[in-house]
Amino acid sequence: MQTTLRFSTAGSVDDGKSTLIGRLLFDTNGAYDDQIEAVRNSKVNRSGRELDLSLLTDGLRAEREQGITIDVAYRFFATAKRRFRIADTPGHEQYTRNMATGASTSDAAIILVDAIKGVSRQTLRHATISSLLGIEHLIFAVNKMDAMDWREDVYAGICAELRRHCSRWPGARLHYLPVSALDGDNVARRGGRAAWYNGPSLLDLIETLEISPAPAPFRFPVQYVIRPGDGFRGFAGRVASGTVAPGDTVAVLPSGRRATVRGVHTFDGPQPAAHEGQSVTLILDEEVDISRGDLISLDRARPELSRHLEADLVWMAEEPLDLNFPYLLRAATRELSAMVSSIHWSLDPATGEQLPAHTAQLNDILRISLETTQPLAFDPYSRCRETGSFILIHPRTNRTIAAGMIVRGRPQQDQKDARLAFDLGPVTPGERAERYGHLPAVVSSPNPDLLERQLFEHGALVVRWPSAPPPGLESTGAIIIAPGGLLVPEHGALEFLENAGILIRRENFKSGEGI
Amino acid sequence: MLSGHLDQLEAESIHILREVAASFAHPVILYSVGKDSSVLVHLARKAFSPGKIPFPLVHIDTTYEYPELIEFRDWFVSQIGARLIVHINEEAVAAGTNPYALGTAKCCSLLRTRALVEGLEKLGADAAIGGARRDEERSRAKERVFSFRNRFGQWDPKDQRPELWNLYNPKVDPGESMRVFPLSNWTEFDVWRYIEREEIPIVPLYFAAPREVYVRGNSLIPVKANVRPLPGEQPQIRLCRMRSLGCTPCSGAIESDADTVPKIIDELFLFRRSERENRVIDHDQDGSMEIKKREGYF
Repeated sequence: MQTTLRFSTAGSVDDGKSTLIGRLLFDTNGAYDDQIEAVRNSKVNRSGRELDLSLLTDGLRAEREQGITIDVAYRFFATAKRRFRIADTPGHEQYTRNMATGASTSDAAIILVDAIKGVSRQTLRHATISSLLGIEHLIFAVNKMDAMDWREDVYAGICAELRRHCSRWPGARLHYLPVSALDGDNVARRGGRAAWYNGPSLLDLIETLEISPAPAPFRFPVQYVIRPGDGFRGFAGRVASGTVAPGDTVAVLPSGRRATVRGVHTFDGPQPAAHEGQSVTLILDEEVDISRGDLISLDRARPELSRHLEADLVWMAEEPLDLNFPYLLRAATRELSAMVSSIHWSLDPATGEQLPAHTAQLNDILRISLETTQPLAFDPYSRCRETGSFILIHPRTNRTIAAGMIVRGRPQQDQKDARLAFDLGPVTPGERAERYGHLPAVVSSPNPDLLERQLFEHGALVVRWPSAPPPGLESTGAIIIAPGGLLVPEHGALEFLENAGILIRRENFKSGEGI
Repeated sequence: MLSGHLDQLEAESIHILREVAASFAHPVILYSVGKDSSVLVHLARKAFSPGKIPFPLVHIDTTYEYPELIEFRDWFVSQIGARLIVHINEEAVAAGTNPYALGTAKCCSLLRTRALVEGLEKLGADAAIGGARRDEERSRAKERVFSFRNRFGQWDPKDQRPELWNLYNPKVDPGESMRVFPLSNWTEFDVWRYIEREEIPIVPLYFAAPREVYVRGNSLIPVKANVRPLPGEQPQIRLCRMRSLGCTPCSGAIESDADTVPKIIDELFLFRRSERENRVIDHDQDGSMEIKKREGYF
């Protein structure tokens, strides 16, 4: 049985995207009679045809009223050859985050181009985002060919323009075809109106697309430890990539400890192996300390491990990016605190230009450096989507504010001096906090000598200042004992500073706590 | 690679269920006793094997449930050794809430939506796992797998958290909660094929049998004590089955002779009408499912 083809659809407002999907559903019997009757009886019909097929997919009331698609909608249909899942994503620029959402789980993207208007900024934007998210097939459907009298030169001109941009979508396979969603030509069936077009219909194309993800070594993010109390101890998770079998030696990251797989448990009995995509429970031969968030890999093909990452980031929040603010990072089953330490550039997805940037606004796409409080085991996104992707969550609002794709890690050791500053960038507040074990602060005490000694013995970077400290001194990351600072009691000073969130215990760096 | 389509769906759902168990303090499974719920509970057994399901099953009993459903519920729960919690909006029941006096929209809002939001609040549930599928209804097509609910249990479809890859954001503050839908990517076909493959027991009402019904257009409303006939309406015996289970006055059966799961699957190929068509509550106002969902309905 062939696997489901998951594709996303994207296009600008009025490109006819909803109509195209409605057409696919209608012509493959993917819509039920009562749903079609509901469309027929609707007060709205913007199509100029008997049935406004766009109404089959525009789900929310606001959308039907405004005639736009404001959120990702998932549809399912099947033909005799294959099953399909459509992630129907909005065309408006302000909903680009939803487009990235739909693209993140898709194998192919259908990008609509309006034959009347030609290639737009949105067309290029969508192709770039789809490519960035690792979609293997980009299908440019040049729609509304009926309104251009199926002129071959119109279609050829659009294809030529798209080909001029194609170097910006490396790794993606490109497909082009002329369609009319309104009339159904070249959608689910070949249309007779363009004698010059010899290619497949859209449905022919997606029924036969080959999905061939690059093979990756065994990766298993631990989700949950199952210990029913009878001595059974298993590590539950879904195989992100590769295969493992009893007898294989595995490594547990980030600790690096080794173990041997003793068994692959499922409800339906023990399995001879665990393959990519399967949800299983692994049993290991020894009592290794493993918990949620750990990544199990084959020992001979370990993932990278680093606290310093370079990544592409899609900013998804209304609020701007705060450099050096500790966001919560979620990668596979791991949660960590992470800061964006620098922005290399902001990508204009329409032109491909890399622009300087100091912050990010909603829908911006950035190349960034990221720093985590603890080492993260990962693979580059291009090699494994599951272990190369992450989201950032704002710790205060709990919102998902960004999606990231790891490009590479940046090793900290063995740097030649000349390249040190270039590769690692300036020392960041996060690095200081991790090294010193505290955040910068200005404090005062009834017994400053004692406090200074206590902090020094604790390993803190501590300085005395006789008057109000000058601005900028705090950027050293030091705890400054100076008049007018936060009053620390003489007894239990360290505990007080811990409760105030200034001193950070190393173990506090676990599970998203800490800086 | 996973061989079959059902294996792929199963693995995805198990992954989601385990994420819930790992991320929330007081998760519950909303167990409506329907076929999708039965699949959901089966998947939860698989996800935590050889351990038990680490969350209770919560049934929101509208008091207009089919007696066969209640009987099946109690049998099934004891079979698998799960913990069952039943919640009823007692206040509304005491006030005599019924669809005839209040209309279906209001009745549903009180006995289903209100009861659900209240029940979850009472249990202090921070996550409620449901069997809803995206292919069921237009507004459900837009639902996230992890769908955030504010302090009032309400859904804001215009302000959903982006959900990428299989990275779910489970963060909620006290009082807020998450609805989680492990069957999001399943279709009605998938559910039936899975029931067949895994031999999952379901409420007998899904199978065709001669039943006493009131015939109302395309809907056959089974005769029950709390179902009022329309003026002049006489019960008739029809060979029929339920395609979707709701409250007795508000869900209709379809004419069918499919009395086994394979026959039901064969029948599905012939269907030209959607699964929830005979659920009155989906059609009592324009965009009615979306309105109910905003208020807190599943």
